[in-house]
Formats: sequence, C-alpha cells, structure tokens
Amino acid sequence: MLARLPKNLPGGVSLILPFLFICFSFSPVLSQGIEAEVDTLDPAVPDSELVVAAPVTSLIASDYKYDNGEVIELSWVPSIDDQLVGGNVIGYSLYRSENDGEPTLIAELLPGVNNYTDEGLSRLSTYRYTILTLTVNHETPSTMTAPITPEREWINFDKKYLFLIALIIGGSVMFFIETARRGKKLFVRKIAGLEAVDDAVGRATEMGRPILFIPGILDMDDVQTLAGLTILGRISRIIADYDTKIFMPVSRSLVMTAGRETIKAAYQAAGRPEKYSDDMVSYVTDEQFGYVAAVDGIMVREKPATVFLLGAFFAESLILAETGNYIGAIQIAGTARPAQLPFFIAACDFTLIGEELFAASAYLSDEPKALGSLKGQDVGKALAMVIIVVGVLAITIGQAWHVDFMMSLVDTLTNIFSTK
Amino acid sequence: MEHFALWLAAFLTLGIVSFLYKDNPWYKLCEAIFVGLSAGYWFVVLFWDNIYGKFWVGVFPLEEFDEAGREITAEPDYWLFVGAALGILMLMRLVPNIGWISRWPLAFIVGSTAGLYLINYFSSNMMRQVQGTIVPLFGAGYDASAYAIVGNIVVAVGTFAGLVYFFFSKEHRGVFGGTAKVGVFFLMLTFGASFGYTVMSRMSLLIGRMDFLLGDWLGMIK
Repeated sequence: MLARLPKNLPGGVSLILPFLFICFSFSPVLSQGIEAEVDTLDPAVPDSELVVAAPVTSLIASDYKYDNGEVIELSWVPSIDDQLVGGNVIGYSLYRSENDGEPTLIAELLPGVNNYTDEGLSRLSTYRYTILTLTVNHETPSTMTAPITPEREWINFDKKYLFLIALIIGGSVMFFIETARRGKKLFVRKIAGLEAVDDAVGRATEMGRPILFIPGILDMDDVQTLAGLTILGRISRIIADYDTKIFMPVSRSLVMTAGRETIKAAYQAAGRPEKYSDDMVSYVTDEQFGYVAAVDGIMVREKPATVFLLGAFFAESLILAETGNYIGAIQIAGTARPAQLPFFIAACDFTLIGEELFAASAYLSDEPKALGSLKGQDVGKALAMVIIVVGVLAITIGQAWHVDFMMSLVDTLTNIFSTK
Repeated sequence: MEHFALWLAAFLTLGIVSFLYKDNPWYKLCEAIFVGLSAGYWFVVLFWDNIYGKFWVGVFPLEEFDEAGREITAEPDYWLFVGAALGILMLMRLVPNIGWISRWPLAFIVGSTAGLYLINYFSSNMMRQVQGTIVPLFGAGYDASAYAIVGNIVVAVGTFAGLVYFFFSKEHRGVFGGTAKVGVFFLMLTFGASFGYTVMSRMSLLIGRMDFLLGDWLGMIK
C-alpha cells in the first residue's frame, strides 16, 4: 500500500513519516477494507526490506458503564515491537466497522497507547474494531473485535454516594418543612443586610423618592437571578403597603416577565392591584455596558433613595454600586460571584455574601417551605464540617505516623465524596 | 470613512466619560445610541441564533454532503416544537384575557433550571469542596515545606470557619461566633486580594481607552 522507503532515512524524513502514514491512511485504497497482512504490502518492496511489527493483542471492546449508550471503551496490549529503545512501531491506526460495513479510520495513535474511548456512537448500531500496527513501510492488522452495541444505563451507580448524601439532605429539608408546618418555630439567625430591607424601603417612602431594583445581568436560568427575584417579592410587598415607587430596569426579556409577575403578585397580595403598572419593570438591552449606561442614567436622573443590587453581576458591579453611592442612596447588594463581592462590600451599605443571598428568601418569607429548605441545607453544612474535621485529622495523623486505619478511613471518605 | 469612524468612536468615548463630571446631554445622546444600537443588535443576533439557527434549522435541516458527495443531512428534531410552543405561550401575555398562560413557560424555565442546577451545584460546591479540603496539614511524615503547611492550614481552617459563618441555624456567639469571625476574616482576605487583582485588570481597560484616544485618535502616542 505504501511506497517502499529506503533504509537509513535522514532524521527529517523519519519525523514526517507518521504524518505521511496518516495521509495515506485516509486514501480510498485503505477504505476498501482490511483483509490480511499481505494485502497491506507494497509489492515493489522486497520482503527482505520490510520492517514488520507484531500486531497488538487482546483487543477488547467493552460498553462504557453508566452512560446514555453512546460510548465504547477499547483496550489492548501494544505490539511487542512497540519499545522505546530498539522498537520499530511508529504508531497505530484504529478502525471501526459499523453494522458490518467498511472499516473506517477513527483515530491515529502514538506508540505506547493501549486504550481509546470511542464516543458519539448510536445505540442502534453494532460496532467492530481493529488496529493496524504501523512501521515505516508496513502495517499489521490485529484481529477484529466481537460485535458490540453500546447500551444505555438508566441508573449511574458511580454516583450512589452523591445520591445518598442528597437523600440525607433532601430528607432533612422535608423533615424541617413538615416541622415548620406543624407550627414549630424554626430558628434562623439574623442576617444584617436583610434586617435593613424594611428600613431602606421606609426611608424611600419618607423621602418621597423611588426604589431601584437591579436583578443582575443574567437570565432566569441562573439561581442568583431567581434568588434576587424571591427577595423582590418581599420588597414589593412592603412597597405595595407603603405605596412607594419602584423601578426595575432589566437586561433580559424573561427577567422582565418574571419581575412583572413578582411585583404584580405582591400588589395583589397587598390588596392594591390597581396600583401596579407594567412600567415598573422595563427592558433596556442585553448588552452589558449598554445596560450599565442606561441604569447609571436612571440613577442620576431619578435619584432613588434605595438601590437593591441582588443577582449575578460581572464587571458592571462597581460602576453601578459607585454611582448609587454617588447619589447618596442606601444600597443593599447581594451576589454569589466571589470576584464582584469585594466591590459591593466597598461601595454598598449592606452586602449579602454568597449563601446569604439564597438564605434571604427563607429569612424574609418565614414560610415553612423556605425555612425547611434553609434548615435542611444547614444539615448538609454540618455534615460537611464533621467530614472535614474527621478527614483532616485522619489524613494528618495517618500520614505522620503511618496509621493504616486512619488512611483507610481517608480512602473511604475520599471515595464517598468523589464525583466521578 | 475610516477617518469618520475614528472621530465618531472618540466622540462617543468622550461622551460616556463625560458622565464622570455630571449627567449631561452629550452623555444622554451616547447612552441612547448605545442602548438603542445594542438592543437592536441583540434582537438580530438572538433571532438568527435561536429562532433560525436552532429552531428552524433543527426542524428543517439544511442539506449537507460529505467530501464523497454522500448526503449527511441531519435528522429533523421535532422536540424543538416543545420549546417553540413554550415561546408562543410566553407571547400570550400580550392578550390580556389569557395573559396568565405566559406563567406556564416561566414556571417550566424556573423549575427545570432549579432541578438541573441542583446536582451540578451539589456536586461542585459540596462534594468536590469537601474532598479537596481533606489534606494532611503537615505532609506525609511531617516533611512538608513551611509554605505547603501554611497553605494546607489555610485551606482546612478557612473552609471550616467559612462553613461556620454560613451556618444559619445557630446564633454567632461564644466559640461558634469566634469561629465565624475567623471565617469572615478569611473571606475578607480573599475579597481584598480579589479587589486588588480586579482593579489592576480595570486599569488595563482604562489604559486601552487612553491608548485609543491619545494614540489612534490624536496620534500623540506612536
């Protein structure tokens, strides 16, 4: 198949040989099939000059466990001539035959490689594989694997511990929700930023100035936006009671819809649906800094007494917070983006840090579902704290004094918390 | 034309920067241009990316052929009609009598988002964090360097104290409150470092704009 090459090739030529092999491997001639070793030889090359390598052995194709039926794993023992020193193997060509059709090249592999993961397959097809062991002027095929069809597994047992821990925390959430429903008072510590919400709305009312609510710049598929809108519900209820004005410029159309629904529901709950107006929430633009330019303009023109910045923020965080600071508004901010929190802490009066943003809805609403969720999450945190203390002590003692029991404990913990 | 674009860019840049002095008509003009242009731009982008690129092409795939001339046109994906239907339901809010239907797709988005993210966040924010925190404080056989020891202690103590701070079921008093303060200390250290790092990156943005004004526009920087 390949033109016979002279012995003792210069270094540069030797280097490009693998590349040439790849090019030739795509040729129509090879795509006609891989029949036998003798068919791969160029008759122009005398047998005495052929560099023949042994084929790979023990080629096994197996279904990848716990997937959607799209992956097959291959493993093999490399050719015995695949040696770092004195070896003559320059690589491998991996071929796949689908539904007993023509084998097609799917990968060129370097010497020493002994496994491959074939992805993007179909559960409706049957596959067979073979590998050509390549030398400078010869290629030796392995035997074809037995036909195999990738299978879909409905349960991923690799994630059994994830499921178990989620079950513990989920069970705790349900337990606390039920406890709260039965009227038992669940304790939640004070969160400074949220304590200030009522005062901030009251201040705006007294000053006769509006409130500005900025829900971040991400869409409804971000949990921070969801958390911000949950707090908006509580704020809107107070605003409806006090009959204060609110502006909510948004950068996503879905957030506009959700924001309108949230405020509308709050006004209805307060018994003042006629006071609600769609103009309270307005779409500006999806463009990050276009949105910032517009919100900054609103701030300096409307001079809101209170600014809420609750959601997902990026580079615009400091620009918005600094403008709010400049106009003298009370600012309550909250985000779970660590890179933006420093700016809010520097420029705002109160900042909800990460988890506090998510806890806020439970704290503000006092509803059994929200409180139960918060308490259930605390069970998860308590579990994490215990595991960290036990794990760190065990690995420190185990490695320092070579205590096998401690090391096996560490292995168990690491295995449980593995997210493979 | 290129000359005009350069002057226009400088005019708009200075207009936006003029906000540092105070709100003014020049800034308002630039703001309106920026908002209007970007809103229109994003409408076009979203139309061609989503309605045409994903829905239309997904349901009516374009004919494609490989190098050998064989047809490799993708199969139509009729599941996309579910998304299209939800999108149409969203528009129902334009009809006052049946506007409440628009809450259904919204509920679908919020619910599915919460469900999808639950496992991802649980896996990355809890499981991997706990696994990554289980580190030997002093290395195997007390052979770690001072740098590594400090790093390990920061990781273990900082994570634990941070968790204590974000524990909402207990008042921050006594030893628990002290540990929470340690957690806040670690948080503020992190925020301080992050603040400095980000300010430096913002400086590079400022330098970029100054480079444009003084170099590209005025030619004072060669």
